Amino acid sequence: MLNIQSLNTVYVDRHGAKVAGIENVSFEVPEGKLFTLLGPSGCGKSTTLRSIAGLEKPDGGRITANGVTVFSASDRIFVPPNKRQFGMVFQSYAIWPHMSVFRNCSFPLDVGSKKLTKRQIEDKVMRALSAVGLDHVADRDATRMSGGQQQRLALARAIVMEPKLLLLDEPLSNLDAKLRDKMRFELKRLQRELNVTTIYVTHDQEEALAMSYEIAIMKDGHVVQKARPREIYEQPANRFVADFIGTTSFVEGLVQDHDGDGIVVDSSIGKLQVANGYGVRSGAKVVVSLRPENLAVSESEPDVAHGNVFEGTVYSKVFLGETLDFEIKVGDQILLARVHPSHRAPVGSKIWFTVDPTRCIALNQH
Amino acid sequence: MELQLGVTNTPPPFWRRLDSKWLVIGGATAIVAVLALVPLCFLLWQSFMTPQGADTPSVFTLSNYKVAFGTADSWSAFANSVEFAIGAALASFLIGTSLAWINERTNTPLRGLFSVVTVVPLINPAILFTISWILLASPKIGVLNIALQSLFGLSHPVFNIYSMGGMIWIDGLQYSPMAFLLMSAAFRGMDPSLEESSIMSGAGLLKTTFRITLRLALPAIVSTILILFVRAVESFEVPALIGLPVKIQVMTSSIYEALQMYPSQTGLASAYSTVLLLITSVGIYIQSRLINAGGRYTTVTGKAFRSRVVDLGPWRYVTASLFVLYALLVVILPLLVLLWSSFQKFYAAPSMAALQHLTLDSYRYIFSYPEIKEAIGNSLILAFSCATCVMLLSAVICWIVVKTKIRGRWLLDNVASLPMVFPGLVLGLAVMIFFLNVNIGIYGTLWILVIAYITRFMPYGMRYTTTSMIQVSKELEESAEMCGSSWARTFYSIVLPLLKPGLISGWIYVFIVSIRELSASILLYSPGSETISVVVWELWQNGQYVELSALSVVFVIGLLALVSIAQWVGSKFGVKSV
Repeated sequence: MLNIQSLNTVYVDRHGAKVAGIENVSFEVPEGKLFTLLGPSGCGKSTTLRSIAGLEKPDGGRITANGVTVFSASDRIFVPPNKRQFGMVFQSYAIWPHMSVFRNCSFPLDVGSKKLTKRQIEDKVMRALSAVGLDHVADRDATRMSGGQQQRLALARAIVMEPKLLLLDEPLSNLDAKLRDKMRFELKRLQRELNVTTIYVTHDQEEALAMSYEIAIMKDGHVVQKARPREIYEQPANRFVADFIGTTSFVEGLVQDHDGDGIVVDSSIGKLQVANGYGVRSGAKVVVSLRPENLAVSESEPDVAHGNVFEGTVYSKVFLGETLDFEIKVGDQILLARVHPSHRAPVGSKIWFTVDPTRCIALNQH
Repeated sequence: MELQLGVTNTPPPFWRRLDSKWLVIGGATAIVAVLALVPLCFLLWQSFMTPQGADTPSVFTLSNYKVAFGTADSWSAFANSVEFAIGAALASFLIGTSLAWINERTNTPLRGLFSVVTVVPLINPAILFTISWILLASPKIGVLNIALQSLFGLSHPVFNIYSMGGMIWIDGLQYSPMAFLLMSAAFRGMDPSLEESSIMSGAGLLKTTFRITLRLALPAIVSTILILFVRAVESFEVPALIGLPVKIQVMTSSIYEALQMYPSQTGLASAYSTVLLLITSVGIYIQSRLINAGGRYTTVTGKAFRSRVVDLGPWRYVTASLFVLYALLVVILPLLVLLWSSFQKFYAAPSMAALQHLTLDSYRYIFSYPEIKEAIGNSLILAFSCATCVMLLSAVICWIVVKTKIRGRWLLDNVASLPMVFPGLVLGLAVMIFFLNVNIGIYGTLWILVIAYITRFMPYGMRYTTTSMIQVSKELEESAEMCGSSWARTFYSIVLPLLKPGLISGWIYVFIVSIRELSASILLYSPGSETISVVVWELWQNGQYVELSALSVVFVIGLLALVSIAQWVGSKFGVKSV
């Protein structure tokens, strides 16, 4: 439904030097799906979202929604933001303090080009407010609401005009942790119910994994990888993605041997069997990503078929309630392992761990 | 619902893009530029011209500046100005800061009443304050002198207000509330943990105060003294009423005197004005740089905290009585002497005999005298139009400066704030010269006063609007855009209502200062276009002390009513306004 092609924005800084904002950003979002732009601060995700909204004008590219081109640099088309009929929720919610909850929500209908009767407006507004659970405070002053309520009001205001596209700019980042978890479910449920195509911007990778149909990870203005959540987690395209999503330890080494699809890596912790070689040549430098939950830890030398058995010492332990995090020192390298909290190995004692070759991820260096 | 967009694939023609937004912006910019810059240019031009005689035309000359920089009189006026300004600035500063420290940092009782102090300068126009202190401390008729002489049997009066010391005293008292406000804000903004860590490190109260507290407040201290210095150097009423009769000339009175000569020495007055302008510009420039550089000393972190309060023990009754003394000197005595004088038939000092001859004659006089009724009407019309125009203009200018990315908007901001460096008298002179030479027939009417007032008070309006405008986050406007609203609708439905508290406060403030204005009006009024302050001035020149007192009492009561309305309106309008 939404088609973004080769968006480019170049910013000029104070000294007149050109600084690229976003470069060659392209993606497609099918109807009714939630698509996430994920990345660290300054990666260009907000710029991309604001370009879709029309609040910023890219220097190149094309944006098409439902077959209608709202922006095209080459054809010099630019539909102003107040004509695009996209709903948007801002990071600060942007609730107008001088209006009641009802008036805030009805504003898009009051200023819209379609003339609706008072009855119709009231109908739509109350429906939107019920959908977010704010119908009982419709007459309240908008300033007298908690952060979570303001966020829901911003959402109600965005959906009341039944937009075809919903844009969410880090909507949960100003909420406390417990509320954030709860709102994640609510947002996803609402989005599914309304079947509205949604673009979601966040820097929280947990949020992205939990809510998205598809994720585009951005860095320095580029889209680094675009895939379904599971694929991004299990098959990161490069070191940056593997590091940004979830937790991982990196082991560097040289590719020593090929074994069918798999490779053997002469690494800093010893010989490491990796099931999927991704076409790396023998003798090439490679980085292997090991996720902590995939390290099976034991106090005695384990006996496994694949041969990825390593010995080290417990460097430090962190008790987190539901898991126990071990830092295991092998030679000069420290690896992270996530184990069941019942393990009692003291710091400094010998420990063994194994890792299944199919769970080792060979990556390009960057 | 289909995504229906009424768009074509070609960009709209140029004329379609020129919507109301640009007309409004262009108009406001033009008005502000003309108001602020043109009189300045004419002032500079006039300073190089000889006076226009009956049959001799004006020619280019440097003689005005030769007189301004060459004669002993000019230099003594300059020296007097500096002496007066420094003295008054230090006096206000010391009085205001002590009060601020007592209020913010000690456990003195009666502290709640200190906030009343901030209202005082609004209801106490300089001319009334000066006159009341003349009536209190003049060697011949001063009430205090007469009381002390009869009490202690002295042969000479104790106080002589007609001296440099007297001038410094009055101006110092007059502006002490301003110092109080500024230093209170500085004290309030200090993080107490900075002082507490000094105490934990072993330093006593005195060492902490001098090494930590005052050092941290240094930018505020220097900036406050600078503002007070500039205000004192611009002061007109005090030097004119007290200095002139005893030949203590300062720059403002030199300007005034130059204009009273025949033929009117506008060139010389302009030359003096230019010099004065230089002094005030430098002062204000340094002060604004201090404010910006003060970021390094900023101690407010955004987290709320309570400042340390010093327990004075029994001394706190001494400080409380200091405050009572201050209230006496600044509010009670001046008002009482005016009140007393207004009930007299002929001015006389308080005595048992005089008490028996109280009369309401002077009140009857002012309420029946048509010129005074006209003056009150003029003042109200002027204040109303000025406040409305200033707030409307400053709303648009502020929006341009704060919210848009138009190039050169910093220039617009500076031009609109330019009138702040003009002493009232100089602005009046500049406007007068302009309209004498560009004869569109408004010289001598109320219009010339309107234009002068708007120019003079624009910076004040801008200050209120800018503060409010900055608080309206850009996202509030952007979300309206995303909801489908046009620029005009957004400005009307979102921006203006959110600005309302600032706009209303600004309007009321400009209204009040316009009503009290004297130094710009004194050169621009003519029969029929007097204001209340001008009438007070005229009555004083005529020696009509009792009628003047009656008018003053009515004036102060009126101002008090206005300020109360202002506070009531301010509290009603908070942020919730639709």
